[in-house]
Order: sequence, then C-alpha cells, then structure tokens
Amino acid sequence: MIDLGPHTSYILTAYAGVTLVSLGLIVWVIMQNRSVKARLAALEAQGVRRRSAGPTA
Amino acid sequence: MSAFFAIVGRDLKLAARLGGDALTLVLFFVMVGAVMPFAIGPDRVLLAQLAPGIIWIAAFLSMLLGLDRLFRADEDDGSMLLFRHAVIPLEAVVAAKMLAHWLLTAVPVLVATPLLAVMLSMDGTSWGETALALLLGTPALTAFGTIGAAVTVSLKRGGLLAPVLILPLAIPVLIFGVAMIGAPVGSSAAMLFLSALSLVSVAFCPFAAALALRVGTE
Amino acid sequence: MTELATQPKQPNWFSRLAHPGNFMAWTRPLIMPLAVLTALAFVTGLWLAFFRAPLETENVGTTLPILYIHVPTAWLSQFIYGAMFAAALGTLVWRHPLADVAARAAAPLGAAFTVLALFTGALWGRPTWGTFWEWDGRMTSTLILLFIYLGIIALWRAFDDQLKAARIVAIFTLVGSVNIPIIKFSVDWWNTLHQPATLITSTGPRMAPEIFLPLMVMLVSFTLLFVTLELVSIHTGILKRRADSLSRQAAMGSAA
Repeated sequence: MIDLGPHTSYILTAYAGVTLVSLGLIVWVIMQNRSVKARLAALEAQGVRRRSAGPTA
Repeated sequence: MSAFFAIVGRDLKLAARLGGDALTLVLFFVMVGAVMPFAIGPDRVLLAQLAPGIIWIAAFLSMLLGLDRLFRADEDDGSMLLFRHAVIPLEAVVAAKMLAHWLLTAVPVLVATPLLAVMLSMDGTSWGETALALLLGTPALTAFGTIGAAVTVSLKRGGLLAPVLILPLAIPVLIFGVAMIGAPVGSSAAMLFLSALSLVSVAFCPFAAALALRVGTE
Repeated sequence: MTELATQPKQPNWFSRLAHPGNFMAWTRPLIMPLAVLTALAFVTGLWLAFFRAPLETENVGTTLPILYIHVPTAWLSQFIYGAMFAAALGTLVWRHPLADVAARAAAPLGAAFTVLALFTGALWGRPTWGTFWEWDGRMTSTLILLFIYLGIIALWRAFDDQLKAARIVAIFTLVGSVNIPIIKFSVDWWNTLHQPATLITSTGPRMAPEIFLPLMVMLVSFTLLFVTLELVSIHTGILKRRADSLSRQAAMGSAA
C-alpha cells in the first residue's frame, strides 16, 4: 500500500466522502429513471397511451 | 406618471387603513435588537462595538419578514389582473409597489434606529453612519425582496421560500453596509459600492419581477 | 419545385435534435459508452495521481492528493450553474421543454458537487491552514452558491405546474447568475478587509506537469460523470412528463 504521509486520514476521508456522494448520486439517478419507467409501463398496461401514438395499437 | 403615484398612494392608504403592519415591523426590528444583549451579555463596550452589525441584522430580518405581503393581497383580491392591463406597463406598477413597500418597511425601521442605538450604547456618529448605511442599502434589499415576492406569488406556501431565496443574493448589501460604518464618510469605497448596488438593483428588479409576475399569474 | 412548395417548412437541425422525443432517441445509445468512458477516465486519473505523480509538493505537503478531487468538484459547482444559466435562456427565449427538463435535472447535481467541493476544501484546510472552516473568499462564495442551489431546488419543488415552475426558476436562475459575480467580488473584498494576513495559497503559482496531467484527467472524469448523470436525468425528466400527462389523460378518461 502506498504511504500517504501524516495526513492519511484526511485524504482518505475526503476520497471516501466524494466516492460515497458520487455513488449515491449515480444510484439516485438510476432509481429515479427506473421508477418513472415502471410508472409508464403500468400506465401503458392499463391501456392508456399517448394521443400521438395513434388510436389503435 | 399619475397612475404610478396613484398606485403608491393606494398602497400607502391601504397600509394606513389596516394599520398595525408598520408598527408590528418596528416592534420586530426593536425586539431582534433588544434580544441580542441577552445572547451576548450586558457588556456595554462589547455591545457598542457590535451594535452596527446587530442593527443591520435586525433591519435585514425585518425587511425579509414583510416580503410576503408585497404582491400577495393583490394576487388574492384580483388587483393583479387589473395591474396587468393598466395604462402603465407592469414594470412601472412593480416599481410603484416597490417604492410604496420601501416607504412602509424601510422608513419605519430607519425611524426606530435611535431607540436601538440608545439600548446598544452607540454614540452619535456611529448611529449616524449606521442610519446612512441603512438609507443607502435598504433600496437594494427592497429590490431583491421584490424579486423574491414576485417569484413566489403564485405559491400558496411561498411565505418562507422568498426569504430563503433572497438571503444569499442580499449578502453583498450586508457586507458593504456594515463595512461603510467606521470608514470615513464620503470617501469610503464601501459607500460607493453600496450606492451602486442599490441603484442597479432598483433599476433592474422591476423588469425581472414583472416578468416573474406575468409568468406566475397567467 | 411545386412539390417542395407544398411541403411543410422543415425545422432546422437544432430543433430536430432538441425535440424531446428525437433527443431521447439519439442520445440513448450514448449513455452506456459515456458511462464506460467516465469509469476509464477515473481509473486513469487515479492511477496517474497515485502511481505516476509525486505524493507531496513543497507548498501543500503530503495533502496533495486532495487536489485531484477538490479542484474538479469546485469546477463542477460553477460549471453546472453555467449550464443552468444556458438552460434558463433556453426556457425563457425559446420556451423549449428540453431546457426546462435539463435545468431541473442539473440543480441537484450542482448542489451535490458544491457540497463535495466544500467538504474536500474543509478536509484540505484542516491540515494546511489548521482549521476546517476559514472565512476565505472562495470558500465563502462557494457556500453562498450552495445556498442559491438549495433555494432553486426548493423553488422547483414548491410548484405543482412544471411549465410555470420552469419559467419562474429560469428567471431566478438568471437573477442569481447576475448576482454571483457581485457576491464573489464583495466576499473577496470583505475578506481582505477583515484578514490582512494571507494564508498559504492552496495551489502553487506553477504546477509541475506530472501533477497537472492527472488533475486534467480528473477534471475531465468528473465532467464526464456530470454529463452522464445529467443525460440520464434528462431522460427521466422527459419520461416523467410523459407519465404525468398520461395519468392526467387516464384520470380525465375515467371521469368522463
């Protein structure tokens, strides 16, 4: 392992924080995308469709 | 021009009829200032040193507190609809309401400053400088506040949001306002910056606020 | 020629690319490659930073590695506001739905990266300056920028009508962007007034090329991360609007 010197704890905390928040953002963005897609699929399963998609399937 | 002053006069008259609002504001301003010694301690020297900052904070909070009623009542009773079709452009209506709001909030606060100055053991010159700084800085606070009020007018729960939006934008006013106290009057850069900030914000805010009102109330 | 005259006017290339449906279609295949590229850039940047570059310099000592995450997050905190400014213009001038969605997607990302810039700055400040928080000009204006981001997010959430929200938030974003230089100037001015003694500057005047290279790679990595997240969020936003209008349609259909 590389030796980071006397301030290792600060460096590690900074990197851990950035990693955690970045991963959190990624997970949050993906979750939101999934939930909206699930909502759309549920609506389409109910037979609701966009007017621009045409009257019949 | 007469329409402009008619709106100013209407707002002043409405405030006078209802009464109390300006008085409540002054009461809030004095109370915020009077609470500080309890937090800091009754040390007269320390209080005198902190007094300009305390008065500025109290004025800052009082100005933010009164924001919500700037356009709220007009939006509720339908006057806003009339303003949008008035003979003068909506920008001028906003400017008139801004002037009325400044007269109804900043002037009472300015009048009440001697009271706080005595309680916080300020001397005459330091009070004079603080009052001058408030006189020069409050137009900018009112202008930013007008934007905050215009942006949140169509929200039913906009009351707390407007101060939160405006506070960060108003920090330069506070910085220059406090900095010009203690600096030699007339020659201080802070005074010039503060005046410039007030002039520019008063000139631009009616346009931004009118745009927000058009979008918000359509 | 007569055939051409009867055809409807073709929209220009930009409106074709920016039409929400088309935008989703042509950007969807870009998401995976962008994500892979981001990951590769991060691996390269970190490898360069920890195995190729020196781990300490004279002016910042052994805390140098914090540079590679602090500078990119600080850059993103300002870059994302710039992106929101551009989107606000798009909303107000062209009333473009894509601009609305892009602005809304960018705000939480901007706030998150601003928090990270402050967090890494505080952790860098403790060993080099001796304190987590210093009322230093840059830190203070970054904090105010965070407040503005949070205000914008609160404003977005307060509205039910997203079309109205987009325009109102755009106006506020423009007002904020006019103010940010004033805030920066006033805070710097205030800081020099109160603290004549200058602290150790965080970055040296000249940067060794072996440190500069990983920093640039990390800057690109973080920017790519933002672009990827923004793109996915825009897709989410467009789909959400579609779902909202569908459920409205369904509600009206069942009421009729």
